Amino acid sequence: MALLEVNNLKKYFPIKKGILSRTVGQVQAVDGVSFTLKKGETLGLVGESGCGKTTVGRSILRLIEPTSGQVTFNGQNLLRLEREELRKVRASLQIIFQDPFSSLDPRMNVGQIIAEPIRNHLKISKSEMRNQVAYLMERVGLHPEQMSRYPHEFSGGQRQRIGIARALALNPLAVICDEPVSALDVSIQAQVINLLAQLQEQMNLSYLFIAHDLSIVEHISDRVAVMYLGRIVELATDRELYQNPMHPYTQALLSAVPIPDPEIRKKKILLQGDVPSPINPPSGCAFHTRCPERKEICSREEPIFQNIGADHWVACHLM
Amino acid sequence: MTEIKEDNVCQPREPLSASRFRRNWAKLRRNKAALVGAVLILMYVLSALLAPVLFTGNPSAPNLINSLETPTLKNPLGTDELGRSILGRIIYGSRISLLIAVGVVSVGIVLGIPLGLVSGYYGGKIDFSIQRVTDTLLAFPGFLLALALVAVLGVGFKNTVISIGISMVPMYIRLVRGCVLSVREEDYVEAARAVGTRDVIILIRHILPNVMVPITVQTSLSMGMAILFAAGLGFLGIGVQPPTPEWGTMLGSARSYLFHAPHVATFPGIAIFLAVLSFNLLGDGLRDALDPRFKI
Repeated sequence: MALLEVNNLKKYFPIKKGILSRTVGQVQAVDGVSFTLKKGETLGLVGESGCGKTTVGRSILRLIEPTSGQVTFNGQNLLRLEREELRKVRASLQIIFQDPFSSLDPRMNVGQIIAEPIRNHLKISKSEMRNQVAYLMERVGLHPEQMSRYPHEFSGGQRQRIGIARALALNPLAVICDEPVSALDVSIQAQVINLLAQLQEQMNLSYLFIAHDLSIVEHISDRVAVMYLGRIVELATDRELYQNPMHPYTQALLSAVPIPDPEIRKKKILLQGDVPSPINPPSGCAFHTRCPERKEICSREEPIFQNIGADHWVACHLM
Repeated sequence: MTEIKEDNVCQPREPLSASRFRRNWAKLRRNKAALVGAVLILMYVLSALLAPVLFTGNPSAPNLINSLETPTLKNPLGTDELGRSILGRIIYGSRISLLIAVGVVSVGIVLGIPLGLVSGYYGGKIDFSIQRVTDTLLAFPGFLLALALVAVLGVGFKNTVISIGISMVPMYIRLVRGCVLSVREEDYVEAARAVGTRDVIILIRHILPNVMVPITVQTSLSMGMAILFAAGLGFLGIGVQPPTPEWGTMLGSARSYLFHAPHVATFPGIAIFLAVLSFNLLGDGLRDALDPRFKI
């Protein structure tokens, strides 16, 4: 049974012009994304910058109001909820932000930051709150003595740990990790990833792990979805996707992952041109303008997202 | 990872901790002009508080025998047309002027900050309505607006404060709204919404503290402006009424004797000038000290 089910999610940002703010067009940031997230699973969501990964994450939480679609979390359709109901649901569906510098209020100390979700949802005494915050800080590898320090006194990795503690404060069922390590030094990335993996095991969390770094996603994910121009083009289990990529875009992405061995020479698939504008996406298959194997049908018809066996889903006419 | 994002005036990325206060204070002290402003303001505040000690006697009681005296040892700044000590009246006048300044910025803050916060945070129709009213009020020169309000409300201390205060409100609304617009897009505001914080709490706990710096600077500058406006109203005879010793009123009544007793107008003028100047110097100094872009 899926914990989180996203169905045909769309988010179009209107482009407004002139003094009357007439809508002259729209950025189709997310254009019909569907996937499920099972209990305890990690679903990786990868794609180039600007493909709509972050918008998917924020639309699920309704930090951005989606244009249409369905998001079912734990049996409730989030897009139908009233303000107050939504506030309550957010206790069990959390998010970790990309930038550990801007996601912590510079005027609050660590204790206040981590206590904020608890204060919003539970009524507990001051000393209980202190204990809870100290426990959470230990859990994410911070020293509870540093509770009264301010975010600017911490390093990027430590700040991201603060963000993780805040997200886990209410024992959520699922966490949307929005590129949680891409703003960190490479040496710190592994630590934070391992922390996330460890917490997942202990708390039986489900992650929607958004990233653009394929090697990190491979390390942490059970299944991986590849996005291109607001759509998912391929979705498969971690192993299947990396060993047997079917979509030409996935193949190109994987061929670009560097291998730390100078002896290996592999053939790189270089894509021509830039990502088309999401204001006016190409007809048919959105990838056809850059696809090395495009056929005549690709510019005419949109490919169907279909299961080609072993829970491997692809949207491509070549299948 | 170093910070690449450029800081905004509205968004200092540090808390108001003790060390930060010390550092800002050190920076403020190094700014000679601001220091002069602060010292002068302190003098005015002290003279307002200690007025009965500094000047024994009634600053409003006429003593026609001594009228229009030039400065002497007994009356260091001379006397006015009714023989009252100008020094005494200036000392007592600092009470009036400072009270007006404090009252005016209180009106500005109490009305301007909440309206600015709501306007900037919620946007949409609320923002549109508040901003169109603000536009209309800003279309009048500030002093003219205060003048018009006095015409409606009538003269006197209370009405002076209310009129000038209201004429300052649009400025506060604009300032706060502008800063809120940039702060509300910050990730930490989104994070607060994600953990289920209510809007009102977000406004008070996350947004307001992060827009306090420009408000502080503006408040210092507004105090100077309030004193000037109040003196202007007093000069025109529609501010604080005689015999209350108010600098602008003193200036207004001294106008008739400008040629054969220029000192009667000069000294209150200097008092106004220095008060306004010192608030402006302090305000500029605060801006430099608190603005993260000028970090030393």
